[in-house]
Amino acid sequence: MSEFVFLYRGGARDRSPEQMQQMMQKWMAWMKDLGAKGHIKDRGQPLERAGKLVEGRQKIVMDGPFAEAKDVVGGYTLIEAEDLSEAVELSKGCPIFEVEGAVEVRPVMKFNM
Amino acid sequence: MEPSDYLFRREAGRMVATLTRVFGVHNLALAEDVVQDAFCRALEVWKFRGMPEDPSAWLMAVAKNRALDVLRRQRTAQTFAPELGHLLESEWTLAPAVAELFGANVVKDDLLRMMFSCCHPRLSGAAQVALILNILCGFSVGEIASAFVSGHTTIEKRITRAKKTLAGLKRLFDITAPADFSVRLSAVHRALYLLFNEGYHGASPESAVRTGLCREAMRLAAILLDHPLGAVPATYALCALMCLNAARLPARVDDSGNLTSLFDQDRSLWDQSLVREGLKFMELSASGSELTEYHVEAAIASVHSTASRSEDTNWENIVSFYDMLITIRPSPVVALNRAIAIAQRDGPECGLKEIDAIGDLDRLTTYPFYSAARGELELRCGRYQTARQHFRAALALARNPMERRFFDQRISACERGNSD
Repeated sequence: MSEFVFLYRGGARDRSPEQMQQMMQKWMAWMKDLGAKGHIKDRGQPLERAGKLVEGRQKIVMDGPFAEAKDVVGGYTLIEAEDLSEAVELSKGCPIFEVEGAVEVRPVMKFNM
Repeated sequence: MEPSDYLFRREAGRMVATLTRVFGVHNLALAEDVVQDAFCRALEVWKFRGMPEDPSAWLMAVAKNRALDVLRRQRTAQTFAPELGHLLESEWTLAPAVAELFGANVVKDDLLRMMFSCCHPRLSGAAQVALILNILCGFSVGEIASAFVSGHTTIEKRITRAKKTLAGLKRLFDITAPADFSVRLSAVHRALYLLFNEGYHGASPESAVRTGLCREAMRLAAILLDHPLGAVPATYALCALMCLNAARLPARVDDSGNLTSLFDQDRSLWDQSLVREGLKFMELSASGSELTEYHVEAAIASVHSTASRSEDTNWENIVSFYDMLITIRPSPVVALNRAIAIAQRDGPECGLKEIDAIGDLDRLTTYPFYSAARGELELRCGRYQTARQHFRAALALARNPMERRFFDQRISACERGNSD
């Protein structure tokens, strides 16, 4: 088993209450399903959309967001899967795709000492 | 934990109503932004952490904290609810005042206050209904447009304009003034009646959508009944007519999704608990001397819902109730329904004569069930050709596939009759 991070990017936010509730129910169902199959190492956390960016030698502090809305990371989950292609398959069940969002799948680096 | 159905929609209404009370009606758009923000937060947090024990309280708490932020940040630059005035101005009183405004009992009144504000006489009935659906029931413009089978831009314009009127009122309706309350109450009854009817007779082909509209109308009527000034005979009558008609909803569409006329419905599917509730409300509506159209319509519905077979219907009573209704609220649709009842009592030829005698018939020409009623009566007279023509006219006016299928079936019935 290897570990992967799912980074959730973007996703429309201007939806009706009913649509938001449905979206939430889909997320909960998806997470539950991944958990039941033993793929969730850590459900992760949501991230605030705004923050600060500290950059350069001068350590200049700037207001976020640092990317366009469609690229902002809204949260992450730590996933366990056989390999990258299985992790990618798992990500395809994420409801974020219904609202023009994306999942970035990144393997956690492994060290074989 | 799973969220209950309509949790977000219902909470949207409660939150907007309360936030508008805090921010002032001119800041309605700000209140809506805060609500949207609270839902985004809930979505983000709950999908990772699961639902909290009390999701309603969680959402309200987020809305309250956000309201405090906004008030602190903007109170020097902006005016908020004039009704609350100085309470929001000093840091000393701000937090307790806001905490009080978000208390459970107060929130119930906020819904009522908003309901009455949405029924301002400067707004048309259609605008009032759209506003109630949008603000108090949490339906988006798109959802309202599809429920009404209306264009998105039409509904959007209607709501935008209505909100401008609402925001221009300076303050929300004062529900503590009994005289104003009873004057505005009849407009509120009317709006809830229209909302219910849109669900019951409306053009949306999806019975789920229509049941949803009926349910919302019933929920808001129940809030009205809960208030001492709202629990008057006319409100009980309105609740009675909603329950008695809603009881028949499960039988209106059969298993294959076809519209079923009152005469052919499987009456065992009628919701007997709603019938009982409706009859109870009818009893409660009988105090006082006022006889409203809701009383009469409830009476008509009660005759239908207590007849276990279509043949057992007491048409004599129904005709006399329609006679009453037509004096209280004359309209070509009421006249048409009266003519149909007369046809049931005295035969199809008499019904047709009554239809011919309707005053402003031209107002019915775009109503598919006008031609259909004529077709039905001609069919019963055995004049299949004429009947068919009427059903074809109805078919051309049908507003959705369900109505089209229904008229198609009637056309086939005429053709079968012709070949016999």
